[in-house]
Amino acid sequence: MRIFVPGDALAASVGADEVAAALRLACPDATIVRNGSRGLAWLEPLVEVETPEGRIGYGPVAAGDVPGLLAAGFLEGGAHPRRVGPPEEHPFLARQTRVTFARCGITDPLSLAEYASLGGLAGLRRVLTMDGPAIIQDLAESGLRGRGGAGFPTGIKWRTVLQAPAHQKYIVCNADEGDSGTFADRMVMEGDPFLLIEGMVIAGIAVGATRGYVYLRSEYPHAIAVVNQAAAIARREGLLGSSVLGSAHAFELEIRVGAGAYVCGEETSLLDSLEGKRGQVRAKPPLPAVAGLFGCPTVVNNVLSLAAVPDILRPGGAAAYQALGIGRSRGTMPVQLAGNVARGGLFEVPFGMTLGELVMDIGGGTATGRPVRAVQVGGPLGAYFPPALFDTPFDYEAFTARDGLIGHGGVTVFDDTVDMARMARFAMEFCATESCGKCTPCRIGSTRGVEVLDQIIAGDTGRLGLLEELCDTMKFGSLCALGGFTPYPVMSAVRHFPEDFRPRLPMAAE
Amino acid sequence: MPQTIAGRIEEIIAPYLSLEGPAMPTLHAVQAAYGFVPDAAVPVVALALNLSRAEVHGLVSFYHDFRREPAGRTVLRLCRAEACQARGAERVAAHAAAALGVGWHETTPDGAITLEPVFCLGLCAAAPCGTVNERTVARLDEARLDAILEAAR
Ligand SMILES: Cc1cc2nc3c(=O)[nH]c(=O)nc-3n(C[C@H](O)[C@H](O)[C@H](O)COP(=O)(O)O)c2cc1C
Ligand code: SF4
Ligand code: FES
Repeated sequence: MRIFVPGDALAASVGADEVAAALRLACPDATIVRNGSRGLAWLEPLVEVETPEGRIGYGPVAAGDVPGLLAAGFLEGGAHPRRVGPPEEHPFLARQTRVTFARCGITDPLSLAEYASLGGLAGLRRVLTMDGPAIIQDLAESGLRGRGGAGFPTGIKWRTVLQAPAHQKYIVCNADEGDSGTFADRMVMEGDPFLLIEGMVIAGIAVGATRGYVYLRSEYPHAIAVVNQAAAIARREGLLGSSVLGSAHAFELEIRVGAGAYVCGEETSLLDSLEGKRGQVRAKPPLPAVAGLFGCPTVVNNVLSLAAVPDILRPGGAAAYQALGIGRSRGTMPVQLAGNVARGGLFEVPFGMTLGELVMDIGGGTATGRPVRAVQVGGPLGAYFPPALFDTPFDYEAFTARDGLIGHGGVTVFDDTVDMARMARFAMEFCATESCGKCTPCRIGSTRGVEVLDQIIAGDTGRLGLLEELCDTMKFGSLCALGGFTPYPVMSAVRHFPEDFRPRLPMAAE
Repeated sequence: MPQTIAGRIEEIIAPYLSLEGPAMPTLHAVQAAYGFVPDAAVPVVALALNLSRAEVHGLVSFYHDFRREPAGRTVLRLCRAEACQARGAERVAAHAAAALGVGWHETTPDGAITLEPVFCLGLCAAAPCGTVNERTVARLDEARLDAILEAAR
């Protein structure tokens, strides 16, 4: 008999390890599998028991609940207030289209056999019969765009690297996932790490690169441990090494750990950090695809971009992926519902669902039960949207048209107690703290921005014009999106929530 | 036989020197061994990596993770990013600061606890959250924090 207790960082942070230990003691004959997370965060730790009728979930479970659960016959799927039922039938999962997250939460993340039995390696096996241009043709046809934030077509990036002549090329996985409100990369790495490895091996074969790096943020110790173990298993099983699955292709993979700098998520800064330098942004051109890591042609892709690749390359995969989505946003997006939301977690859907459906229908509004007032989409560089914009479909172009961005797909919900002037100030402060220092509009502008917002918060609303000028300077004068996009959260707050930028107290002193 | 600190550092960093781009793994190894990057490590690392001392100092100061002085026995990091703010992170942080009598980046006088900010741990659907040394903790509130502080004293 098998009992599943997620080993995912979120589950572990709310007591899953203690639950696993209690179950081990109470059920010595059961096998406790530490699976990834299903992504129903509010139900974590979500424990599942394998019964003849399929898996039955219970959550959220605390270690102290174990005796009561056993008394209620939970090993046979018995009734209990914490019983969720078959997880697949829960509306939060039933309404998803899981492509990238097809296995996450179901399997033992470190079982390569289970991975292969549930569709894993089908893409790679097919790729081994193809040449680089044919692989890239498939990828281009799928319509996949980079999931790290910029939405750049992955096929075009790979083609540039393929066509760049060089003795050494690299595949670099951007696993820096610094955006607040995002955790999909982490869940892939902790819940289905072979998917990422397979995607990177395919990328290597496609462009002719034999070495790969995963640049993984230090804030993710669970993911670091799981990906390292998975890479060791992949090496042992011949998925990595001098002959990938017995073919003529070689691919070596190394995991490198970041050191707490948000800007190192920017691809050129990341490459400098990998090379052992301060993570400062490089001027482009040259593109990393032409002169990247150690000056060699380099594919830099986000975890989710690379994790989408194996499914696209399986037989018929590209057309199936392309058939999902709307407009120029093809396939699925693993949306992350975060912050003050009743049902937070990972929700993978084809592009096109509206922001309002995501926040209200799927997420269930706020966790505090108060009205939703603002939603920040796309991390700390993303705009704040009021409920009036909830008809915006999840689509790159639709968000751009409303001065927002979908970025890495994080949706952070705030209730009506939020003070938007404080959030605008935070955006500037974050930019000042994390600026790499290379250009003045970002470095100095953000520090000035904090000062000006302090004056506005103190009641000097005459400074709003100056704030707007500062934002324009940052927007048009910054080298990268840290300085260039910080104006989005700031100005969206001013535009959509002007009442928070008016004097709060009568200005008696003036 | 007493070993010099330089000798010990050479031993710690030796496995990393043959890597491509060895600087970050090297500094991580030093910090993992000492809990911080001691001043005495800087010239040793510089020599081994063929960098100037100023360059090594530059790395240590650029990256938030590297510290130049030892921290308290327990490092409590609280997330200050947006999703955690949406669930009361500021309130929980103020409670921690008041209970400990320290501000961000400070250590209690008895050397027990260092309070540090962190910007997102990827636990944003179980906010607010933080870390207690190596352990991640989520769905924090004042009571849970008091229990953590009590255990760390
Ligand atoms: C300040 C800043 C931070 C970024 N952080 C990340 C990150 O954490 N993860 C990521 O994949 N991309 C991040 N990006 C985007 C990368 O520069 C780059 O566009 C991406 O890695 C390309 O991969 P993709 O095409 O697969 O999206 C960031 C960009 C900027 C300007
Ligand atoms: S905008 Fe800021 S982070 Fe980006 S290159 Fe300029 S100073 Fe560095
Ligand atoms: S914002 Fe705190 S964990 Fe992501």
